[in-house]
Amino acid sequence: MSDFLIAIISTTGALFILLASIGLFRMPDFYLRVSVTTKAGSMGVGLILIASAIYFWDFGITTRALAIIFFLLITAPVSAHLLGRVAYLCKVRLWEKTISDDLEGKYDRKKLHLRGISEKESEEKSGFSQGE
Amino acid sequence: MDIEQYLTFGILPVLALALVFALYRFIKGPSVPDRIIALDLLITVSIGIMVIYSITTHQSTLLDIAMVLALIAFLGTLSFTFYLKQKNLEKHE
Repeated sequence: MSDFLIAIISTTGALFILLASIGLFRMPDFYLRVSVTTKAGSMGVGLILIASAIYFWDFGITTRALAIIFFLLITAPVSAHLLGRVAYLCKVRLWEKTISDDLEGKYDRKKLHLRGISEKESEEKSGFSQGE
Repeated sequence: MDIEQYLTFGILPVLALALVFALYRFIKGPSVPDRIIALDLLITVSIGIMVIYSITTHQSTLLDIAMVLALIAFLGTLSFTFYLKQKNLEKHE
């Protein structure tokens, strides 16, 4: 019974990791790649760690596996956010079929400061108020 | 078929295939952040391989190494992004 459970959980985890790496291989854009790998990768490794905790069925090992899962769940979003921000600052190209870029013109690349409104929009607004 | 055999001949090849795809992106990757994210996934997959290996060989000590590797992966990503940010700042000055 426990063997069956281990087989199911570890197979699901391995398939999640395979999907993450196929996503890294196939996706057209850095930002899509980062969004695929982070989630699917940490999910797959978490499932494999749960399988090992069930296999050993020991308090110390279960604690260790849970600590690794907790650590992965905390650090993966932080590193993905940092990477995405730095990639946007370094002007990594977006996919040519991207419909909208919400941060366009709003990032001050010298001071690393995010404005709420882009330069073009603020110029348009001030021009409109002068016209009135 | 017992569970160790299934893990060796069923799960490990799938993880090895995942490693190959991530390695392709690590070598080919058009930009530096692509390579960093590929390195991150390589380390994540190798943590999975280590855990499977610790099950098949009954060595639970390997889980400690997996924990250390997860820590090193996070620190590596952090330092790479810091380096890229500083380079970007110097370029704009």
